[in-house]
This record gives sequence, structure tokens and C-alpha cells, in this order.
Amino acid sequence: MSARNAAQRSPAVANEGQAGMSASSAAPAVAGEPLLRVRGLSKHFPVRDGLRGGGLVRAVDGLDFDVRPGETLGLVGESGCGKTTTGRMLVRLLEPTAGTIEFAGRDITHAGRRELRPLRQDLQIIFQDPYASLNPRHTVGRIVAMPLQVNGINPPGGVKARVRELLELVGLNPEHYNRYPHEFSGGQRQRIGIARALALRPKLIVADEPVSALDVSIQAQVVNLLRDLQRDLGLAFVFIAHDLAVVRHFCQRVAVMYLGRIVEIGDRVDIYERPQHPYTRALLSAIPDVTKLGPAGRIRLTGDVPTPLNPPSGCRFRTRCWKAQDICATEEPALVPRDGGRQATACHFPESGPVGAGPDAHAVATGPGARGVGTGPGATAAGVEEVSK
Amino acid sequence: MDRSDPAPSGEPDRPSVPEQRSGEDPYLRVNDLRVRFDTSDGVVRAVDGVSFSVQRGRTLGIVGESGSGKSVTSLAVLGLHEEKRTTITGEISVGGRQLVGLPEEEVRRLRGRDMAMIFQDPLSALHPYFTVGRQIAEAYRVHHPKAGKRAARQRAVDMLGRVGIPQPARRFDQYPHEFSGGMRQRAMIAMALVNDPDLLIADEPTTALDVTVQAQILDLLADLQAEFHSAIIMITHDLGVVSQIADEVLVMYGGRAVEHGSVEQVLRRPQHPYTWGLLSSVPSLHGDADADLVPIAGNPPSLINLPSGCAFHPRCRYADRNGDRSRTEVPQLRPAGGPGHLVACHLSADDRTRLYAEDIAHVGVAR
Amino acid sequence: MSMSPVEGVALAEIGAGGGADVPKEKGFVGRSPGQLAWIRLRRDRTAMVSGVLLIFFVLVALSAPLVELLYGIGPRDQFQGKLDGFGMPLGYAGGVSGDHFFGLEPGLGRDIFVRLVYGLRTSLLIAFAAAVITAVLGIVLGALAGFLGGWLDAVINWVTDLTLAMPFLIIALALTPTLTLRFYGEREAVSPAFGVAVLIAVFAMFGWTSTARLVRGQVIALREREFVEAARASGAGLGHMIFRQLLPNIWAPILVSFSLAVPQFITSEAALSFIGVGLTEETPSFGRMIYESLDYLQTDPAFVFFPGITIFALVFAFNLFGDALRDALDPKSSR
Repeated sequence: MSARNAAQRSPAVANEGQAGMSASSAAPAVAGEPLLRVRGLSKHFPVRDGLRGGGLVRAVDGLDFDVRPGETLGLVGESGCGKTTTGRMLVRLLEPTAGTIEFAGRDITHAGRRELRPLRQDLQIIFQDPYASLNPRHTVGRIVAMPLQVNGINPPGGVKARVRELLELVGLNPEHYNRYPHEFSGGQRQRIGIARALALRPKLIVADEPVSALDVSIQAQVVNLLRDLQRDLGLAFVFIAHDLAVVRHFCQRVAVMYLGRIVEIGDRVDIYERPQHPYTRALLSAIPDVTKLGPAGRIRLTGDVPTPLNPPSGCRFRTRCWKAQDICATEEPALVPRDGGRQATACHFPESGPVGAGPDAHAVATGPGARGVGTGPGATAAGVEEVSK
Repeated sequence: MDRSDPAPSGEPDRPSVPEQRSGEDPYLRVNDLRVRFDTSDGVVRAVDGVSFSVQRGRTLGIVGESGSGKSVTSLAVLGLHEEKRTTITGEISVGGRQLVGLPEEEVRRLRGRDMAMIFQDPLSALHPYFTVGRQIAEAYRVHHPKAGKRAARQRAVDMLGRVGIPQPARRFDQYPHEFSGGMRQRAMIAMALVNDPDLLIADEPTTALDVTVQAQILDLLADLQAEFHSAIIMITHDLGVVSQIADEVLVMYGGRAVEHGSVEQVLRRPQHPYTWGLLSSVPSLHGDADADLVPIAGNPPSLINLPSGCAFHPRCRYADRNGDRSRTEVPQLRPAGGPGHLVACHLSADDRTRLYAEDIAHVGVAR
Repeated sequence: MSMSPVEGVALAEIGAGGGADVPKEKGFVGRSPGQLAWIRLRRDRTAMVSGVLLIFFVLVALSAPLVELLYGIGPRDQFQGKLDGFGMPLGYAGGVSGDHFFGLEPGLGRDIFVRLVYGLRTSLLIAFAAAVITAVLGIVLGALAGFLGGWLDAVINWVTDLTLAMPFLIIALALTPTLTLRFYGEREAVSPAFGVAVLIAVFAMFGWTSTARLVRGQVIALREREFVEAARASGAGLGHMIFRQLLPNIWAPILVSFSLAVPQFITSEAALSFIGVGLTEETPSFGRMIYESLDYLQTDPAFVFFPGITIFALVFAFNLFGDALRDALDPKSSR
């Protein structure tokens, strides 16, 4: 199967893909060994369905990527693309089905709790839901101190002093030490979650949609806070999000996922200015742009993401892709680096140039009369209606 | 809106304030709406003197964060509130009929036939044990008692097809859980539109959806509006959604309207510091990605414990410019900027122009 | 269109927004969820009345010997002289008088009031002991089954189902005499303490299933919550997860089920004593007294009345208090 080959080929590819750092990137390029090295990472969930018998949900299916110390990698995609599952595997809340996770040179793919213990301090997670992620029966002080407590760490000056320091670091009043989570607003709760993640002075933080549940005016506060922390503490981030605009403000590198696979990975400037994969382009142009009034010209994808229980053969995006050809149904495209290796794309017919100006401009619909009719999940018809006004 | 300036004649096809267009009267007119809840923690003024109107064929975007009163406003318009604990005053007139004080039975008759609602979460609005088609057909028969079962089914299948659900006849007999998120939202829209309502209220209809599906739904709403010529109220926190679909925008904060005008005015020449804050804190796909966003300080207020004076003053960078006024006096909506553009702010017009140019115009999506 | 989503939206809008940045409360001491529940409970008049009644009952039971001292009559003192020739108490309403508040038993002529005080002591001891043991058993088994899952969950579930399938009454009928015979001879006097212990053991054996199921369900609902995942991501062990993270969040339902289990055990004890498998004759108990009073239903209704009304008041107060506690701990469940 060519798909298998592609999956095996890609590790090397991903390495090349990130060889060069973008010159315009804000943070200094960090050389040397990657902090996190992920190869062929997969997670398959067995499902039992009374009607259709058993099956495997291929939530994540062969991911390769690296994160260097102090680097921020954005993992973006729509619901069901496997980005959250990936994040949970990275901090070992989920057991990978296949592949390897190397952290600081050590294979932690199947490490037990005791083996992980020293690494736990370097690898932390921030959750999406600021309401579910804090124990309602614990005071803020206890919540933030929890990682210190379970690891038996007694910092110089005592736990309490450290917690106050952490609360101050994330912009909370250290006097709120004895309060309970229900007394805080969503944005403040998310800050508490961030303080907890920082308690062990980690090197890498997996942030799983950390701002999606927050009010608009609060989102920016938390994004700025994370940026400051990243810069000041030299943290590496795997930033999981569905909002490409937020990712653009936070990440130096971006990986776009679709149905359990990375379809494109590259430096921020490449992904946003010169996206090559049709899905990336569609995703970018689907974001409503406040600077443009009225129904904007955009690539209209139709239908929904197919079920990962039975992903399309070949290229998984082909059922919604306007460029799909016969080869897309038979051969899975490998994640191949282009443009001198900075950007890797898994597509048989990659695009070039900025969104809307490239050859895909024909797929951009304009005007209010245009209408896309859904083809439903798993449908094979080309997903984009050509509309011109 | 009688208090705004008279409209200049000969406006182009996107007039600054739609209801001033001669010819058509607004379909929905809300005047000085106040909604109060009595709770154990005290009286909640969820909506405190909000006025707006929408014509058929036009879309009003109501923008606000959690606790702004935007959803409560729409529920009051639909008469969907608990009678016992809620006090509603003001005027709500739909198609010339006064709703406040109307018997529940009458409001119920209007609801669904003349006005309908699309919720954020279609799963909670669709009953899990009945097929999607049956629920749509029943919604039709409630207001068309003479329609036979066959006719209602045909109507439901037509609507499912109309909102872009493939194989509508087969989908008719499926249950909500067999639909994907986007399909469910389409089914909700089909159900809301099955009686050809003149007013459609959409409460965050795309918030739970992926961006590519959101784009489809927004297109669909625009198409259906063009076809059925209905008035739409789009409630959202997403300025991007507003910029795409709205003709007019009402910005709410702490249960009050703080800015009101055409989409062009509110997004291009915003007058209220809260609107500025919203615009400068939204990350953009263009411009300098490394520049810090400019967030609004503090947190959205709780309606139970609203700040005195201007509810926004604890978060406003310019609250001290007028002495104690922002803390003591609730600012009224006053004309500002262009014709029909209203803002509730104590800052002088000159101050607003200067501050906007200095602090806001160059950041985020406000550029 | 149903009302539920609508109300949800409205409540979410009202409830949202932070109050924490308005430090108007005294100092910076937060109110824990437990303190909030206590405040709600204090506002509930039913809870206060039933609670005071319960405290009164418990105090009376605890100070039974003191009551005996003040009253001057012991539970086994007989007053044959105050009975008529048929063994019926002299005077009105079963011999109610200044000396005997609730009158005398027909036949033996013992004082009903002091026997009720001791009966209360026995009943509460049995009920509380059984409720504590069932709660501990249920929490441990339920938490382990829910949190660890897998084969342990399957085994515990299987044992639970098995226990539920066993007919309580028949087993109790069969077990109690067998156990008694095992430790005491045919004609030996059985010590009252042994009877009490057997009853507690029987209740504990059958009572833990509901708590175990409750705890298991709650733990399963909580274990995927992100705050538990956060602890796991920090390397927390089983003990920390269960005792520090999970249990503090399920005290509320456990407390409610405890407060509702106590009256259930009180009535069960009465029922078992009533059918004769419970306590021995000389141990004062509600069930025993009602059992004996039935013969006099026609001739001396006061003998039935006083034990009956006491047990009714006790159980009723417990149930009211349990319901009020549930409302206070989980304000969403009440309307």
C-alpha cells in the first residue's frame, strides 16, 4: 500500500521540513536537538457499534513532528482532526497505539508513572475548560500547589511562597490564595490553570485550546500572558487550537491537521502567506474577516469532515477538495517538503501564492447569491461549487 | 427609532441606518425594553432600556459577551421567559402588534409562525427520541392545523432539501444523533423556517461549529434571507460573523446598549471604548503577528452586581477623563459620528476621535 | 420548542461574570462550597426544625442513664402494683401519670417512657453503626471500581448484583438464629450486645450496595474531568486521585445517602425485631415494643401510640433533614 510507504517515509521529511527557521520569526531561532520528537504517533480507539459491528476510530494516524526548546508549535484543525488526542498522548494521559514520543532524548512512549516522574516536571498541560479543570473543592492555593505536593517538592521558601509567586506571575492577586474556583471568572480561572502548569517550571507546555472557552475581551489577555511567559521563561509550547488567527499570534510554527494526519507543516509566515495545501487555504479563507464587510469571497468547502471510523481512501481531504483527481483516491500523498524544505505539504496538487490569488481563485465564490449544497459525510463528489457572479 | 436624526435622502444601497429608509416600516420594533429577574441573590437587570428595530430583509447583529444581556433580549422578544420570576417592561411590536402584555396563548401562536429562533446547540433544541423530519413536520402542523400528514411531510422534506441537506427524504426518518453538527444546525434552521417566519432570531448559531461549516451556515442564512425576505437578528460574540452578515450592529454591555449603528459605522468608525477594545483584542490574519494584542482590562461584569454609572468604567482606560461622571451617571445613547450612529459614552466627540486615532486605529483588526 | 435550552441560556448569561474581582467581602477568605451549602441549609426552616429535633433525639439517647437517674425509674423496673387484676395499668390512657409520663406496659408493668429512651439509644446505635459501616464499605468498593475499572469493576459489580439479588428478609430470618446458635447454646441467655452486633452485621452486609453504586457512578463521571487529568499529568498516584481529588467532590451525595440510610435502618431494625429475629426481649427497642403492644391494640391503645409516634417522628425528621441536605448541597436538583 502506498499509504503505508508514505507514512514510513515521512519522518525524514518532517525533519527537513523544519530545517530553516523563518527570518521574520520573533523569537530567536533555537538550534540543537529537539526537545520533543514525535514519530508515527497513532491512536486508534476501538468502538463497538450495535448496528455496524466493531470498528477502529483512527483518531490520530501517524504524526511526525519536532518541537525545539523554546519553540511554539501550533496544532490546528477542525473538530475530530485528532489534535486534542495528540495533546493528551504527548503528556501521556492517553496511551499511544503506535509510534514513539521522545522527550529530551528519552523515549517516553510507554513509560510508567515512576519512570515519568522526573519528566513530569518538564512536561505540563493547560486545559481548555476553565470550569472543569479546577477542582471545585480545593482552594486556589491547593490547586496551584498540587503538582509540587504530588511530586514531593518543597521549594526554597516553602510551598506557600512559591504559590504566591506563581499567582503573581500569571497576573492574579496572591492574596486570593484561600479562595475557591467558583469565586473567579473564566479568564481568572484559566490563569489559575496556567499557574498550576508552571508550578514545576516545565520546559514544554501542551496548551489544549486554552482560550477557546473565554470571552473575546479576555482571550487577548490570556494570549498576551502566554506570550510573555513563553518569552520570559523560554518555554516550548504545543498550542492546540481551532482558531487560526489566535495561532498566528502565538506560534512560530504551525501544523495543520485533518482527520488524524498532518496535511501541512511549516513556519508561520509560510502557512499564512503561502499555504500550499487546499485544506489550509480553505481553512484560512473560511475565517470571517472583520476588516471586510459583507459576504466575503472565500473558498467554500461543502459537507462536513468525514468520520474517522471510515476515512476516505487515499488523500483524506479528497471528498471535500475541489482539485481531487483519480490519483487522490488511490494514493495517499506524503508530507513532502517544498520551497527549499521549510514547508511540508501532503498533497498531490499543491497550490502556491497567497489565498485567493493563486490557481484556486476559481473556487472562490463571491456575492450573496452563491450557495453551497452539502454533500454529507463520506460523500465522494468534489466538494466545491464553482460560483461566479 | 424616532430620536435619531432624519436620514439624508438619496442614500446608496447600503444606508447608514436602515430603518430610516423611506417606504418600509420596521417589522420588529423594540422600545426601552427592560427585563428583570428576581433571584435569591437579588434583582438582576438583565436588559436595561434597550431599543432597536429591524426591517424585513435586513439583519441586525447584537454583539456582546457573556452577561451582556444579548440572549435575554432575544428571549424576551420571543416571549420565552419564565412568567413568575421575570418582569418585562417596554414595547415590543412585531408586524405592528404589541407583544408585551399579550396573553401567553397569543404569543405562542406568533412564535414559530411569525417569528422563530435558532439556538446555539441544536442537540438541546431537537428532541432525541423523535426523528428530525417528524419534529419539523409537527412544527409545521402546529401552525397549519388543516395540513394533512402527507402535506406536512412533503413540506419538511422540501425544507430539509432547501437548507442543503442531501437526500432529504432519507434524512427525514433519521434521529438527531445520526446528523453531524453542521447537519443538525441545518435541520434546526429548516425547523425554524418551516412556517415562513418574518423574523428569525439566531442565537450564536455558529459558535459550536467548525469554521468551514460556519461559513456554510452563514451563506445559507444570507441566501434564505434573500429568498424569504425575513428580518434576522444575529446574536453573537464574534465580530467576524457580524461583519459578514449584519447590516446594522447593536453592541451590548451589562444589559445596556453602548453603541448602535450600521455595520460600516460600528466596525469602521467605532465610537465606544468597549467596541474599540473588542476590535483591538481580536487577533487578525493580517498585519504584524508579533505585535501584542490590546485586551480590555478586567472581566465582564456580573449582572447581579453591575458597576455604578457607566457599567464599563472599571475596565475603561478613559474613565477618569470626565471626573466622577462615569462612576455616577449612566451615559445615554446619543448621536455620534454619522447619521443614525448612536453611542452611550461620556467622552466628548473630539476626545473619541483623537483617542481612537492615537490608541486603537493601528492595532488588531481595528486597522 | 422546549423551555430547557432557553432557560439554560438565560441562567448562563446571568450567572456569568466574575465576582471575585470585587473584594467587598471581609478580608480575602473565600467561601468554600461546603460553607455555601451550610448557609443555604441555615436558611431552610424545615432543615432547621428537623435538625433540632434530631439533635434532641440524639442527646436524649446519649444521656439515657442520666434520664434514668433523674426520672428515678430503670428500664427493667416493674410496677405490678399499679396494674389491675387483668394486668392492665390502672388509670387513664395506659396509666399516664406524673410518675409514669407515658404510662406502663400491660403485663409486666414496666415504665414506657424510660424504655423508649433506651429503645431510642438501641435504635440509633444500630442505625448509625450500620450506616457508617455501609458508607465506608460502599465508598471504598465504589471508588475502586469506578476509578480503576477493568476486571476489578466487573468483580465488584458482580458482587453488588449478587447481593441485591439476595432476599434480605429471608436471609436475615435464616441467618440470625443460625449465628446465635453458633455462639450460644440452645438454652443459654444471649447477651443483648450480641443481638445488636448481629443486626448491624446483617444491615452492613446488605446495605453497602447502594452507596457503592452511587460512588462508582460519581467517580466515573468525575474521573475524566480535566482537574483529575491535571493531577494525573502531574504524576499523582492512586491515593491522591481518590482521596484528594475525587472524594471531596462526592461527599455531598454520600452525606445525603447516609442521612437517608439511617431512618431506613431504624425502620428495618423495628421490622426485624417485630418479626422476632431482631433483639432479645430484655433489650429495649422500638420494634420489640410495637410487637408486644399489638396484643393490646384494643384494650390499651396508649401502649401502641407512644412507641409508634416516637419512631414516626424520628424517621420523619431524618427524612426531612436528608431532603433538605440534598437541596442545600445541590441547589440545582430542587425546583
